[in-house]
Amino acid sequence: MENNIQLDDQGRLRHFLSIEGLDKTILTEILDTAESFTSVTDRTIKKVPILRGKTVANLFFEASTRTRSTFELAAQRLSADILSLNVDTSATVKGESLLDTLQNLEAMQIDMFVIRHQDSGSAHFFAQHVRPGVSVLNAGDGQHEHPTQAMLDMYTIRHYKKEFTGLRVAIVGDILHSRVARSQIHALNLLNTAEIRVIAPRTLLPVDTEALGVSIYEDLETGLTDVDVVIMLRLQKERMRGALLPSEKEYFRSYGLTQERLQRAKPDAIVMHPGPVNRGVEIESSVMDGNQSVILQQVSFGISVRMAVMSMIVGQSGLAGGES
Amino acid sequence: MSLPSVESLIEKLAQALTPYFSSSDSPPILVGIETGGAWIAQQLHQTLNPEAELGRLNISFYRDDFTRNGLHPTVQPSSLPTDIDDKTIILVDDVLHSGRTVRAAMNEIFDYGRPRQIVLAILIDRGAREIPIQADIVAATMELDPGCHIKLEGPDPLKLVIRQLERDGE
Repeated sequence: MENNIQLDDQGRLRHFLSIEGLDKTILTEILDTAESFTSVTDRTIKKVPILRGKTVANLFFEASTRTRSTFELAAQRLSADILSLNVDTSATVKGESLLDTLQNLEAMQIDMFVIRHQDSGSAHFFAQHVRPGVSVLNAGDGQHEHPTQAMLDMYTIRHYKKEFTGLRVAIVGDILHSRVARSQIHALNLLNTAEIRVIAPRTLLPVDTEALGVSIYEDLETGLTDVDVVIMLRLQKERMRGALLPSEKEYFRSYGLTQERLQRAKPDAIVMHPGPVNRGVEIESSVMDGNQSVILQQVSFGISVRMAVMSMIVGQSGLAGGES
Repeated sequence: MSLPSVESLIEKLAQALTPYFSSSDSPPILVGIETGGAWIAQQLHQTLNPEAELGRLNISFYRDDFTRNGLHPTVQPSSLPTDIDDKTIILVDDVLHSGRTVRAAMNEIFDYGRPRQIVLAILIDRGAREIPIQADIVAATMELDPGCHIKLEGPDPLKLVIRQLERDGE
């Protein structure tokens, strides 16, 4: 199976490319490790020496603010040296191929690549071509996966709700174009979430949605009834081709999360969004800034989760000795 | 080899540490290294001054063998009082051997601030140092075969155990 490229021969994380192909044990280990990193953020010197001497390259072929900057901070807090490249504005514009870019960076002794690319499968492609000992982290590939985003979402849910087994989680919006939703659904399933609902117009659902183990709702109010977690997705205007939607206004009228609609969910339900948010398109401003919203906490947790994934890849997980 | 009782050893540490707790200044901070040292620090805290501040260190992020051994996600994360500047820290561990754990612990402490003094209190010093670190207070010293591993198990009851090591992974 192609996903095995993520694991070494002892089943430990070597690349982090997709949630699909991983198991519950690894996901739980990521969440537990991230928890131990949260204390680092509260200290005078927010740095631990785990990645000292390693070099991480952030390769972003697509724009990003949150993901890129939290990966940068995570690497810096682990004491790595970090190089951030906006590739769409540099070499590739000049006609350099992906592999040439990769080989040039490898010649600079990079230990870890964090890659975002508009093509699905690009992170796998990179992982297949890097030298032994070099790791690849997927920061979003086309409409395929965005695994660290899904893990920070799982972290957020576990932080507020403790267990997944009794939870009803609704993912609302543009599932079709969302790599985040795809990763989230895999992760929620692996962590034994009681019920995963996707709420979207038919035109924004992939054809194989049922096969993902979710229940489908086309009506927002019915779908939100009694859920514990509401995950809103961004309407990806830049990825829309063809007439999938009448208009943004129309979309908000049917699928926008308002205070009134949120009341259908459980009173202690949390509202999440991977960002960036289109206020007034998929979510009302007052909900976004309201007390059920944990959208900014997600961003903070993202640093610890990315630190966890990077450190697990560098340090072989498993038993540390008891040397005194 | 017959091993001394852990209670008697902790009692010895407590006696040796009493002068640090008898001055009129604010009491020192007791900091135990996970997991054995944290259990001992907890007991010393009860005996010496329950009002004193208590912390624990999980030094896995600072180990020099991290890339070989990785993390222990099940170990509790470090927690130190927010302000350690100009304070005295009593650093507590169960066994002093290579000295590498104490090196890592001190590195971590200095990422929290600048203490006035660090005092190292150890239950068992088994020698065979690999770096120049020594304890200020030692409850017992022991000559052990290099192939042996001594460890505090607990927390209830605390017990010293000696194991013959396989040479793999240590």
